Amino acid sequence: MAPVHPLVEEVRAALEAGRAAIAAAADPDALRRAAAEHAGKRSAIAGLKARLGAVTDPEARKEAGRAIHEAGAALDALAAAREAELGAADVARRVAGEAMDLTEHLGARRTGHAHVVTQAWERLEDVFVGMGFRVAEGPEIETDEMNFTALNMPPSHPARSEFDTMFVEYGEPGSTLLRTHTSPVQIRVMREWDLPIYAVMPGRVFRRDTPDATHMPVFHQIEGLVVDRDVTFAHLAGTIEAFTKAFFGSDFTSRLRPSYFPFTEPSAEFDIRRADGEWIELGGCGMVHPAVLRAGGIDPERWSGFAFGFGIDRMAKERHGIDDLRDMYSGDVRFARQF
Amino acid sequence: MRVLRSWLDEFGPISRAARTPERLAEVLTSLGLAVESTTHVGAPVPGVVVARVVRTERHPKADKVQRVWVDAGDGERHVWCGAFNMAPGDLVPLATLGTTMPDGRAIARREILGVASEGMLCSAAELGIGTGDEGIAILPPGLRPGRDAFAALGIRPDVVYELDVTRNRPDATGHLGVARDLAAHLRVRFAPPAGDRARRGPRRTLPVRILDRRRCARVRLTVMSGVVVGPSPAHLQRRLAHAGMRPINNVVDATNLAMLETNQPTHAYDAARLARGLRIRLARVGETIATLDGATRTCTDDDLLICDGADVPVGIAGVMGGLDSEISATTTEIALEAAWFEPSGIRRTSQRMALRTEASARFERGVDPLGIDHAVARVAAILRESCPGLVVHAGAADPRTPHLPRPRRATLRVAQVGRILGTPMTAAAIRTTLGRMGFAVRGAGPRLSVVVPTWRPDVAAEIDLIEELARHHGYARLGRVVPPAARAGALSPLQLRRRTLRRAVLALGASEVMPQPFLDPAEHARAGVPDGEALHLANPLVAEESVLRVSLRPGLLRAIASNQSFGTREPFLSELGHVYPRGAAPAAAGSLPDEREHLCIVRAGADAGEATAWWAELAAVMGVGAQLDQRRVPPGYHPTRSATLARGPREVGHVGEIDPAVLARYGIEGRVACLELDAGALLAETPRVPTARPVSRYPASDVDLAFVAPAGVTAEALRKALRTAAGALTEDVALFDVYRREGERSLAFRVRLRSAERTLTDADLASARAACIAAATRLGATLRA
Repeated sequence: MAPVHPLVEEVRAALEAGRAAIAAAADPDALRRAAAEHAGKRSAIAGLKARLGAVTDPEARKEAGRAIHEAGAALDALAAAREAELGAADVARRVAGEAMDLTEHLGARRTGHAHVVTQAWERLEDVFVGMGFRVAEGPEIETDEMNFTALNMPPSHPARSEFDTMFVEYGEPGSTLLRTHTSPVQIRVMREWDLPIYAVMPGRVFRRDTPDATHMPVFHQIEGLVVDRDVTFAHLAGTIEAFTKAFFGSDFTSRLRPSYFPFTEPSAEFDIRRADGEWIELGGCGMVHPAVLRAGGIDPERWSGFAFGFGIDRMAKERHGIDDLRDMYSGDVRFARQF
Repeated sequence: MRVLRSWLDEFGPISRAARTPERLAEVLTSLGLAVESTTHVGAPVPGVVVARVVRTERHPKADKVQRVWVDAGDGERHVWCGAFNMAPGDLVPLATLGTTMPDGRAIARREILGVASEGMLCSAAELGIGTGDEGIAILPPGLRPGRDAFAALGIRPDVVYELDVTRNRPDATGHLGVARDLAAHLRVRFAPPAGDRARRGPRRTLPVRILDRRRCARVRLTVMSGVVVGPSPAHLQRRLAHAGMRPINNVVDATNLAMLETNQPTHAYDAARLARGLRIRLARVGETIATLDGATRTCTDDDLLICDGADVPVGIAGVMGGLDSEISATTTEIALEAAWFEPSGIRRTSQRMALRTEASARFERGVDPLGIDHAVARVAAILRESCPGLVVHAGAADPRTPHLPRPRRATLRVAQVGRILGTPMTAAAIRTTLGRMGFAVRGAGPRLSVVVPTWRPDVAAEIDLIEELARHHGYARLGRVVPPAARAGALSPLQLRRRTLRRAVLALGASEVMPQPFLDPAEHARAGVPDGEALHLANPLVAEESVLRVSLRPGLLRAIASNQSFGTREPFLSELGHVYPRGAAPAAAGSLPDEREHLCIVRAGADAGEATAWWAELAAVMGVGAQLDQRRVPPGYHPTRSATLARGPREVGHVGEIDPAVLARYGIEGRVACLELDAGALLAETPRVPTARPVSRYPASDVDLAFVAPAGVTAEALRKALRTAAGALTEDVALFDVYRREGERSLAFRVRLRSAERTLTDADLASARAACIAAATRLGATLRA
């Protein structure tokens, strides 16, 4: 085995010295200085490269040249690795220094709370839209004609007295009132929309009731109206059942039992049954009375229809376990915030 | 209306057909006679026996109780008793030791003052056989001491149903009508209890003159003699009590029982008082009458009176009898009045006098004009139980007028039943079903002629008959079909925009509230809102809630004040709701006020700048715009910190802070920022759908300029001037800093320039800068160094 050329020995020594210096560099500046001193143009290794020409034995020159190249590459790699190491340490130090308690924020801005009635209202609209209904609206101040007469309650009809109507001083005395139900919108829809009609009418209604836990002079109803060819009582019952399951859940069911409303005939109350078997009265419904269809400009011999309606406030009351309806209208943010 | 199961059974085997009390309740409800409550009464209490009071004695140390010695057939025993209504010889119910009372109490030997009580004397209420609050039940004489009290009294268990009878069932406020419906549905025999078949006395006619033939269409006045006024038999008293009426005396009780049974109210006068008969006439304005309840009623000329032959009022027709025509303990002859009054007249009188009686409730719904004779016969039959010598005299006056309703005829098309109900019925089935209810059906279809019985005045048209068929067929059996959902349901564009608006308002941080829309007459003024167009309620509940709001502001200001009083210092509230100004147009037939949908957002502790920021956000979300005109200070707003939002001449809203004077009136602390918008107008708009523009690939350059602006030059005016001046390369001009010192205001704008085709040069920036400075200078602003 040929003896190692002394130049190669020097290369090894220079490499070791460079490796030690790079490893010892404690910050980017020291590293830059160490890299320049041991792997740069004026380094020991660069000096050895210049002496390569003096080696006469071609084999030895080749061997020394390779050693010089390898040592240079190794020192460059070491410097790069050390640089990355120092960078990571620097980031780690900075990160450690900026630790933060994430529970320390000061009352960030919050989105406001929609009224419970609005929430129930929109949920109901969405279910009915999903069932193929459009949403109709009408004025809250109505004529006596729209609120009563067109709904088969001509003047002196005894049922009128049950509505506790609030009248508005506008026009002839008794001609203008705060609507007592959303039903006048039925008439507006019948007169204005094209047939067939599949409409729901949510809205604010008024009764001359002293406020207490279960009554408010202002509250909200939603009612539905369907007028089409060959619509029957079975379609009414089917729609009520489909709504019950869609809105309350598939473990709810519904029933209709005979009742009386001037604007529908046959009329029914509809109850829903919870999963626990308890029946809850929900609202009224029935086949649209022929006189009401006629008032809406629709020929009851060619079209038939059904209508249904119930309270929105009660939906909110039941859903959230609200004991006193007055709380919903107090305007108190401590109440609104809960929903 | 309370119905008794035992009473219904007098019309046919109804409870047997229904099997259980619960099932009977279900059948009633399914017929539209909704059962609100079911009460079991008269269940025997084993251990309660008949006892005879031997003697009573007060104890010197106990003033709330007395000592009673009774004999229950097995010698004397001693009990303490808290009631004092019994005398020696009376028969009373005794709960013996070991008895469990209906309320669950066990009767055990109890000592008071060291003396034991060997049982308990019972009241009717304690035994569940009456409502009496009149002490210990005194049993009828003749019962054998020691017998089971219930067996001795002939009391059997019964069930009381409280029905919610709807307005369209005037027949169902009597047992007769309820039983008829049940028998038809259960398909059992139906035979009302017989009237009085006993001997009739000689003719005794008291004349009756009907002076208002429309309001009163029939009066039958029947004389009965042989009357002995006294208490009703116990079983009749119990029946009355269970039905919810108080026993009075045998005569009044007989009329009440006949009414509860037949639905026909009748009134018994002392015949001596009516020697010259009756006159039925309208009252004179201001005419007064003392009624049975002791009150004096003043009449109008729309009230119908029953008067004696001397024209002295003896009763308000269909509502209540007069005080001085009441029968007395010495009455031996009665004149029984049974009439048909026009329903709406009775309703008006009853409402006007706020006097709703069992009689008026029935007359105003409409009683059977042909049921009068039967009702009179039933009064006699019931009265005969306590007056064996009762004589019903022939020759009763019974005038009728042409206004007396007669059986009506209606046409029913067989095909129409299937068309409305979805369940076809044959002519034969229709005939059978309606026939059971008392409707006479002629013909075999396709058109049937139906005679409507007079006890169903509500049934007039084909659809009414279809409802009867649906009821008796059973709603549950009519099937359920979901209509084919080939239609697309959707919210309208306006409704979708309303939801967008509401979400955006919530995103600002405002919570939604719904104050009452009724205000005190002074409330608008208090809030600084002009109320010239405010409408008043004709019949408000209270004066403080008699005006309809024309602005949402008063309600929200009150809500702020109220929230602050409960410790929420800076409430942030919104309302989207209607306001109801009268409008400029005069009211015409069928016209309505200028009702509008408004949005109002308020926040305590916030300034006008925040309100403008809300407007900027909502305008962007809703794709709408408006000029902010600070020269037009909206009423009720801060004079120097508010603006009108306008589109040309039309106002669309107000923005700014509430006038400090208004805040002081409401006791609100701190500033209140407020934004009011005519939401209806904004929602109705359909903003242009934006067309896409390519974004530039070249860098932007910013030119920052700060100006000292003179008073009267708004930031917005300056911004607009810069925008115009900076030219076609301007991407955006934004105010980014405001600096105030010594009355000077410095506004710093950032003008962002960018080209779609190239990178900008220094020359571009320099020329834009120069143009901006020149434009600002023209407005009177000076560049800050």
